[in-house]
Amino acid sequence: MSRKIPEQQYEKTISYRFRQWLDGTKDPFLGTVEMKPQKEFHEDDTAVEKRKEEKKEIFARVFDTEHNAELRIFRKLYRLFSVLFCIGLVFVLLTGVSHLPPFGNADNPVNNEVPQRYIENGLQETGAVNIVTGMILDYRAFDTLGESHVLFVATCTVLILLRIDKKKGRNSIEEREANDRIYEPKNDIILQTVAKLLVPPIMIFGIYVILCGHLGPGGGFSGGAVIGAGLILYLNAFGFAKTEQFFTAKTYKWMSFGALACYALAKSYSFYTGANDIHSIIPLGTPGAILSSGLILLLNICVGIVVAGTMYTFYVMFRKGGY
Amino acid sequence: MAFVQNFPFFCIILTLFSGPLSSILSGKAARRLNLMVITLVGAMNTAVLAFVLKNGTYYVYKMGHFPAPWGNEIRVGVLEAVMAVFFCLIMLLSMLGGMREREQEIEESKQNLYYIMVNLLLSSLLALVYTNDLFTAYVFVEINTISACGLIMIKQNGRTIVAATRYMIMSLLGSGMLLLGICFLYGITGQLLMSNIQESVSKIHLSGVYDTPLIVALGLMSVGLAVKSALFPFHGWLPDAYGYSTVSSAAILSSLVSKGYIFLLLKIFYRVVGFGIVRESKVIHVLFVFGILGMIIGSVDAIRANSIRRMIAYSSVAQIGYIYMGFGLGTTAGVLASVFHIISHAAAKSLLFVSASGITDASGDSTDFFDLTGAGYRNKVAGVAFTAGALSMVGFPMFSGFISKIMFAQAAVGHAHKMLPTLIALAISTILNTVYFLKTVIRIYTPARREEAKEKQYQTITMRQQPAKAAALICFIILNLILGLFSQPIVNWLEQGLRMFA
Repeated sequence: MSRKIPEQQYEKTISYRFRQWLDGTKDPFLGTVEMKPQKEFHEDDTAVEKRKEEKKEIFARVFDTEHNAELRIFRKLYRLFSVLFCIGLVFVLLTGVSHLPPFGNADNPVNNEVPQRYIENGLQETGAVNIVTGMILDYRAFDTLGESHVLFVATCTVLILLRIDKKKGRNSIEEREANDRIYEPKNDIILQTVAKLLVPPIMIFGIYVILCGHLGPGGGFSGGAVIGAGLILYLNAFGFAKTEQFFTAKTYKWMSFGALACYALAKSYSFYTGANDIHSIIPLGTPGAILSSGLILLLNICVGIVVAGTMYTFYVMFRKGGY
Repeated sequence: MAFVQNFPFFCIILTLFSGPLSSILSGKAARRLNLMVITLVGAMNTAVLAFVLKNGTYYVYKMGHFPAPWGNEIRVGVLEAVMAVFFCLIMLLSMLGGMREREQEIEESKQNLYYIMVNLLLSSLLALVYTNDLFTAYVFVEINTISACGLIMIKQNGRTIVAATRYMIMSLLGSGMLLLGICFLYGITGQLLMSNIQESVSKIHLSGVYDTPLIVALGLMSVGLAVKSALFPFHGWLPDAYGYSTVSSAAILSSLVSKGYIFLLLKIFYRVVGFGIVRESKVIHVLFVFGILGMIIGSVDAIRANSIRRMIAYSSVAQIGYIYMGFGLGTTAGVLASVFHIISHAAAKSLLFVSASGITDASGDSTDFFDLTGAGYRNKVAGVAFTAGALSMVGFPMFSGFISKIMFAQAAVGHAHKMLPTLIALAISTILNTVYFLKTVIRIYTPARREEAKEKQYQTITMRQQPAKAAALICFIILNLILGLFSQPIVNWLEQGLRMFA
């Protein structure tokens, strides 16, 4: 049995609007979202010519290509040798790999007493249900200490390269702030709505991954990356004005210092007691409980903070050179 | 366990910790902290050296509660302790000597970042020297590479950024090859601890099953570390990186960073693969040939360079060539000469960089040779120091360079095939060294014409104006003289250290 309804009433139903949206005759976001059509990039031929000429001229002047026979020969040989080098390296690596023991074979040299102890005694000795976490943060914690400092030193290098310090004049911080959003739409409703929904679960998931690193898959590196991604999403949706309220250069400085100092101090204690055969006062706890496995939980939190800070700092440095 | 035995671990952790600590300090406070840390670490390493010398054997220090193949460990012998002491000493003097330049050339707000880099660099060098685990070595190689990039580009102009980019690309290629080599070794031995790898490598070598991957791994690691330490023909990144960065960076990079990698290679040869197997493989012949080529071509490039900084930088290529040539001889005497040359070159090269900056200060900050005329009279300490460094590089008796050259020559004598090429290359390289170093010395002691000096407004610099640099230069000269005049005890330590190294 069918029911006839007047056209005006039909136009108000969801199915009609959906159909319109499908056909593309009406845009539901029209009038509610700030829209800025992107201008296509056009460059007239004379400008292109001029740019090419200039590039050639700069090259000629810097390297004096006309009289520099050495460079001319070098440029020719360079291509030849780079191709030869790559082919040679590929050949060497493939030959080497083809003589390696077959992948996944039980009799391989890698299946020796080292992984055996990790697997059989890992739970009793480190208290971590997740063997991998027990390995990187307890058995081989010195490597991971170095690895977290690799992240720290990488951030510092990016700070050296990209941080713009307050200077009066053309490229002052204030002006850059104003220019920051030229190339991106402001207050994008879709992005803001999605971010409002997604950022809290992302953060909670990140914290969960860090805190439960010793109980299941996860840990400081992966959880920190999740939190860093959440921060970047939040920044993109709401802009620097919002993030500055809780994350500035000072926050990063103290956070990374606190985390790395905590890691270094905690592990120094454990290295010192271990090497001198002094009894360590840190209890292992019941495996499976959240407060267990000695220092691993603390170290995971430290690593997580460093990783999240590193990711966020990289992003803001590349975007505008300041927090 | 004696308390002194904890010191290597304290040194690594202390320098590592002072990196993040510098990030919350101001530039001045970070500088003070840095000088304090280097001095303290140097003192601790000296105590360790005294301890191992008295004991006469190496000891193993467990990093954590688990013994070695499961946990990490460091191993301390005489050679490691001597290296650590020298690294600290040279770093301290380089930091003192370049203090004024750093304050002028680095932005005020980024000063403390420089000290973060230096602290972490020192920590990674110490870890490379002391570690007994191949993977730990790789982790600290990473820190070393990244902080060296930071040291190059912190003086921000176009030149240094290009130099840092080139350095990064080449250095990462080297790191990648080193990591691949480690992976191959792990695949065929299943171990990461150096002594354990050697055990299973000698078994594998006897059975002959995995000979190809073993050679590939050895080749990858040697080439990777050769790229990172600028052995000819991988030296393309070097002149820019050393020539344009700030003085203390150039001194540290040339005398410590590249030496850290060479020391790691020595460790791989002696402790990981075993020197017998390395000698049987053809890898050392390749190193020998490229070492000799580097000795000659580096010197020729240095003669053609038109700025004093680039000349000193190219001379590094030649000196690195000497070290690899010593490895390439494949005898203990050759390796001993190389190890001594690591120290003597580090002392002389950082002296040259620091004194060259003193000379250019007195020549209106120009590095061009023509402007240096008479600079030795305008800045007396720097002139004397440069002359001392140049004589040491050339191999003048009484200076450290003489001892290393005579050790290379002695090591070559009696060698079946390599005696003649080594001696000829040594002679040619020494003559070329003399050409470019004495040319500069004569230039700085040729009096400038009075009207010209007035026109260009050269400044006369006294010791009072730059006390830190003058003190550093005098200490450097004394260090070079000690290495030259009282070399026998040091050579004896190195010999003893090399024996307990494997």
